[in-house]
Amino acid sequence: MQINKIKTEIAEMLSDVFDGATIMVGGFGEAGSPIELLHGLIDHGAKDLTIIANNSGNGRVGLGALIGQKQVKKVICSFARSAKGITFQELYNKGEIELEVVPQGTLAERIRAAGSGIPAFYTATAVGTPLAIGKEEKIFNGKKYILEEALNADFALVKADVSDRYGNLTFKKTARNFNPIMCMAAKQSLIQVRKLIEPHQTNPENVITPGIFVKKIIEIDNPIIETNAIEEGMIYP
Amino acid sequence: MTKKKLTNAEKGWERGVIASKIANDLPHASYVNLGIGMPELVSQHIKDDREIIYHSENGLLGMGPTPNENEIDFDLINAGKKPVTILPGGSFCHHADSFSMIRGGHIDYCVLGAMEVSMNGDLANWSTGKGIPAVGGAMDLVAGAKNVFVMTQHLTKEGKPKLVEKCTLPLTGSGVVSRVYTDYAVMDITKEGFKVVEINENLSIEYLQTVTEGRVYQ
Repeated sequence: MQINKIKTEIAEMLSDVFDGATIMVGGFGEAGSPIELLHGLIDHGAKDLTIIANNSGNGRVGLGALIGQKQVKKVICSFARSAKGITFQELYNKGEIELEVVPQGTLAERIRAAGSGIPAFYTATAVGTPLAIGKEEKIFNGKKYILEEALNADFALVKADVSDRYGNLTFKKTARNFNPIMCMAAKQSLIQVRKLIEPHQTNPENVITPGIFVKKIIEIDNPIIETNAIEEGMIYP
Repeated sequence: MTKKKLTNAEKGWERGVIASKIANDLPHASYVNLGIGMPELVSQHIKDDREIIYHSENGLLGMGPTPNENEIDFDLINAGKKPVTILPGGSFCHHADSFSMIRGGHIDYCVLGAMEVSMNGDLANWSTGKGIPAVGGAMDLVAGAKNVFVMTQHLTKEGKPKLVEKCTLPLTGSGVVSRVYTDYAVMDITKEGFKVVEINENLSIEYLQTVTEGRVYQ
């Protein structure tokens, strides 16, 4: 029997998701954002989710839509303000959603650490700022650092460009961003790809995320482009 | 010779002039991260005698200018989430690698805007203390880049000094700024205060001191 991580239904991709899960959502703004999987999560209906992402969604599409459905209790991100953000802002102002602000590089490194079996690390980022309050400090070679802990997740929702049935992923341009490290940090990484190819077509020199970090894959060949969807007034569901 | 005070009819250096002063201070072959907003102007003022490589923290090294309308690709954006291009010799990487370039001390210069800069090089540029807190990559940049330049108007819109003895707003980093470029002057952060490298031709040091909290000297 052959290994085959490819699924045909989004519901199958999300079948293990549960209430209270911690879910990483790839993407930087709209680049690399797994919009179809996020819409699948709305259809799934899981509640009390903790979302780890760089941003907090735009409009009422993708992550913005999921938050708008009140399925999210907490967002861990670096930048929760954006010109097109609506839903997070509404809930935050009403005190109905929690926010943990993390410097972007610390966010990336906490995710990378989780995927690499590193429980915590010291960093100079945020030393002397409000985001260092309550964190352990240590001096190395005369310079002050703070302790930051790894960020693990139950699931990662990721958009990649191309995959084979093993989950050997390549990404497109700056849509790579957080996606590869989130695949490493989550117990289950769930990937939507633009195109599936046969394993012999995969160039091993070009694989960005090797299949060991991937649980399930689905082909979404013509994904929603967030900017266009918002301009067209799309609201999901 | 004491020069006359700046009147309302006169203005400090235009943004382009400030940008060109920064551009002239970036050495050939530097790896540079330009903050969103005013610092982005710097790339338009690099002279032909040097090549600068621009880093965008969302995983792009070798960033090029804004694309033409028909070349826009929403999968090729900068840290401000605006469409950009990649130049020959450029490369993509994931976020942890991109921030290793910053946090590991590989970025030679970053140029950022400011709300406040203190005499000892503290920078406040991410939060007014109100609204939704959002930091992005600013704290990583100031902690990791080899040289942190600030590009800002000397005064706030309300006419208050941005260069202060001690920051009152939430800090982005402590003791991180090396040089400040404003419409009034270029100043280094030193133990003795703001050391003037260059002053606007319409201004005197005495006047500069009146619009700066904290010691100014030449």
